[in-house]
Amino acid sequence: MDATDIGLWGVPLAMLGGAIRVSTPFIFVSLGEAITERSGRINLGLEGTLVFGAMSAYAVAVMTGSPWPGLLAAAVAGLCFGLFHGWICKFPKVNDIAIGIAMMLFGTGLGFFFGKPFIQPSAPDLPAIPFGAWSDIPQVQAALNVNVLFLIGAALAVFLWWAFRNTRVGLIVRVVGDSADAARAMGLNPNTVRLLATGAGGALAGIGGAYLSLYYPGSWTERISSGQGLMAVALVIFARWNPLGCFAAALLFGGAGALGPALQSVGVTQGYYLFYAAPYILTLIIMIATSSPSRTLAGAPGELSITK
Amino acid sequence: MADTVSGPHVRTILDARGYRAALEWIARRAESFVIPLTALIVGMMLFSLFILAVGRSPVQLYETMWRGGFGSWFSIQNSLSRGAPLLLAALCVALPARLGLVVIGGEGAIVLGGVAAAAIAVALNGAPSFLVILLMGVGGVAAGGIWIGAVGALRHYRAVNETISSLLMAYIAIALMNHLVEGPLRDPASLNKPSTQPLADIYRVGNIPGMEVHSGLVVGILACVLSWLLIEKTRWGFAARIAGGNVRAAQVQGLAVGSLIVGFTALAGGFAGLAGMLEVAAVQGSANGSLAAGYGYTGILVAFLARHNPLAIIPVAILLGGIDASGGLIQRRMDLPDATVLVLQGMLFIVILFSETFYGRFKLFNPDLWQRSDLLKGTA
Repeated sequence: MDATDIGLWGVPLAMLGGAIRVSTPFIFVSLGEAITERSGRINLGLEGTLVFGAMSAYAVAVMTGSPWPGLLAAAVAGLCFGLFHGWICKFPKVNDIAIGIAMMLFGTGLGFFFGKPFIQPSAPDLPAIPFGAWSDIPQVQAALNVNVLFLIGAALAVFLWWAFRNTRVGLIVRVVGDSADAARAMGLNPNTVRLLATGAGGALAGIGGAYLSLYYPGSWTERISSGQGLMAVALVIFARWNPLGCFAAALLFGGAGALGPALQSVGVTQGYYLFYAAPYILTLIIMIATSSPSRTLAGAPGELSITK
Repeated sequence: MADTVSGPHVRTILDARGYRAALEWIARRAESFVIPLTALIVGMMLFSLFILAVGRSPVQLYETMWRGGFGSWFSIQNSLSRGAPLLLAALCVALPARLGLVVIGGEGAIVLGGVAAAAIAVALNGAPSFLVILLMGVGGVAAGGIWIGAVGALRHYRAVNETISSLLMAYIAIALMNHLVEGPLRDPASLNKPSTQPLADIYRVGNIPGMEVHSGLVVGILACVLSWLLIEKTRWGFAARIAGGNVRAAQVQGLAVGSLIVGFTALAGGFAGLAGMLEVAAVQGSANGSLAAGYGYTGILVAFLARHNPLAIIPVAILLGGIDASGGLIQRRMDLPDATVLVLQGMLFIVILFSETFYGRFKLFNPDLWQRSDLLKGTA
């Protein structure tokens, strides 16, 4: 039997590989959004941050010839976007959801504006670790070629889960998210904490964008993001604001997103575009299943406008 | 005799009262004009700084923008054509906003409305034109109405956040359109750009007599006026505003909040679906990927700029249509990326939302806070 011909086994294998590849931006954006939402704000603008992060990472990587300065640039750009969102939302009557929509438009626009000259040149990729080297089946090798950012994301999810429970900073963020009044009574300034939490969330979303342009799909185009920044917001709700849940949900979403290409690789082309909608349908079903009109969601930060 | 003494005196008091009442009337209404207009100007100034920072002349840019959007009869007609779908797309945001809902997935309703209309036209090929055009409109409204109405129903009966669900539904709608246009509904003759079969000429919606602008503009303006009447002059609109302010209070009053939410979102989606039908029947001539041209997203900006007032949507949509229309000219004349318009829109959006914080802050706009001395100063 030819080792490269693994028939339908290629589908789950391609989905596993796809889940690992596709999920990484979800991991970073959803962890970032989890930090922001735990502090009581919602940032819908991460979609724009993702696009701008992807562009700045690619541009800097092209100019310096190394992916790492690009990654840093994306994180810094994301931080700036996050801080801006955090700053503008502290003013009374300024709606964080609406500002998020505006920031989505603005970030995407800026990304396209400055990204125009970088559509042609090619940037160096972020390195991946070949965990599949033991096998001589190319599909297995491809599926287990894991990017370093995926591993960093996994470690970050565990760290944040631990930090929210066990550190002073984690407690401060949670208090501000659950009750601004309680936080003020403790002598904390909710606006400052939210500013920093939104900044941190933006930086992580920027890194998620860097992964898109520097590894998978690995080039800068104006269609680089297909709503990952927004789906991550829904994903955080599904994960009940738990970083470990975010990681698991991101993998699930990555697998759903890889369904279409995986089926196509074994020759199933019927309804390709419907499979493309799988992650969105999955998100919607999960939101319908987990929401309830009679009670607030378990684990929801008390100050969050989206669950009220 | 007493009359001759008190007459002029009484008249001055009445005059002063009338003057004050007029001032109060103006002041109360001025706020919602002055603040958005100031925000618009500030946003454009910030954009000038941005253009300066990338080494171009803002004066030349605004001049080009004016020329491309409103400088000639040709460009005005172009702007009006682009503004037409924005009118309907903005209503898709403004109507649910009266209930306190932020629906941003109008793009999905536009796309499905267009596909439904195209499918109806293909299926009924040969039937009388007025019937087919009417049914295309009904199909577009129904497709969009069901799509966004579902968002409202999910919101009310399952407490699913409408902002996220409407956006997810927009992505699903676009995937559904791609599936239908590339598969079951595809015209085999459309090679490079998969489309449905082109509409027969008799099923196309024509131009407004004497203009190169399709009749969708009239439909859009009519929809805005009707929506304004609905919100301001009917009990449903009144009930919606109460429910938007405080759901509990509305329920205590015995208002059917569920029906209001589903009804308003379905109507909103119906308008967006109609925009899609008009894009197919008046502009594209078939349903294809161009339906997802971003009108739904620009419509969000239009609705927020108009502060969700359907009458204000009319000028704002035409202004944004003009900015959109000038994008090509800016790209050619100034060698700037086509995303320039997107950056401007994003900046305007942020500044407009930021300006919300200034409502109620200025004594000038609130006659209840006017001091006696102010009044004297005013009348002096």
